[in-house]
Amino acid sequence: MKRTNLKTNDLILQTVVKVVFFIIFIYSVYIFFAGHYTPGGGFVGGLMTSSAIVLLLLAYDVKTVAAVIPFNFLKIAATGLLLALGTGMASFFYKVPFLTHAHGPVHLPFFGEVELASATAFDLGVYLVVVGVTMTIIQTIGETE
Amino acid sequence: MIEISKFIIGAFILLGALLCLIASIGVLRLPDVYTRNHAASKGATLGVMSLLLGVFLYFFLVQGHFNSRVLLGIVFVFITSPVAGHLIMRAAFNTNVPLWENSVQNDLQKKKDEEMNQHDS
Repeated sequence: MKRTNLKTNDLILQTVVKVVFFIIFIYSVYIFFAGHYTPGGGFVGGLMTSSAIVLLLLAYDVKTVAAVIPFNFLKIAATGLLLALGTGMASFFYKVPFLTHAHGPVHLPFFGEVELASATAFDLGVYLVVVGVTMTIIQTIGETE
Repeated sequence: MIEISKFIIGAFILLGALLCLIASIGVLRLPDVYTRNHAASKGATLGVMSLLLGVFLYFFLVQGHFNSRVLLGIVFVFITSPVAGHLIMRAAFNTNVPLWENSVQNDLQKKKDEEMNQHDS
């Protein structure tokens, strides 16, 4: 096949990705929060978020996506690990074993009584680690010439 | 009410399965990439949407459970499947996959040749 430098017109793909990105991202957030009572959780939520970003990478080039989502994904993975470790360490303040989680009704302004579990913070750590690691792998492979 | 809705749901499920079967027969029987892709992307999209609509109606009318994820799935398949077909088709055309020998019209080839000539000169 003869290689050309013709810029292909990706208008259809880019327009659809603009819509579909938000559907996948919002659904991944839903999956993350639904993990306590239904199938889902931090791992699949993180994988879906990173797949939405991969879809952006497919439709646009690496520089555009880095300008739109200006995060260092290694730092996101580190933040997730610190968060997971922190929720484990927090149990020491209540003189209970490591990683003991608490849950119960909490009174929040505007929301009223909400049942919250500290396991969600651990799950958020898992989510951030999964997003960070997946995006670091894909961007590292994608940038090598 | 429930009995009538069961018939409607069964009709949707059977229609969806039949459309998926027709699409797969089309993929086997049609002569080249473009016609096969045409059968697969159109038939399978409507088939899957019809199946999902049947599933949604079953849970909504018979079990009384409104499952918005299935509706989102219908919208998502409707948006993405034709685009996937378009991209596969364009990739095949750009790598010079031949059309069926009895094809009579190829407007995109003329356009492609013009662009190549402009690019060379």
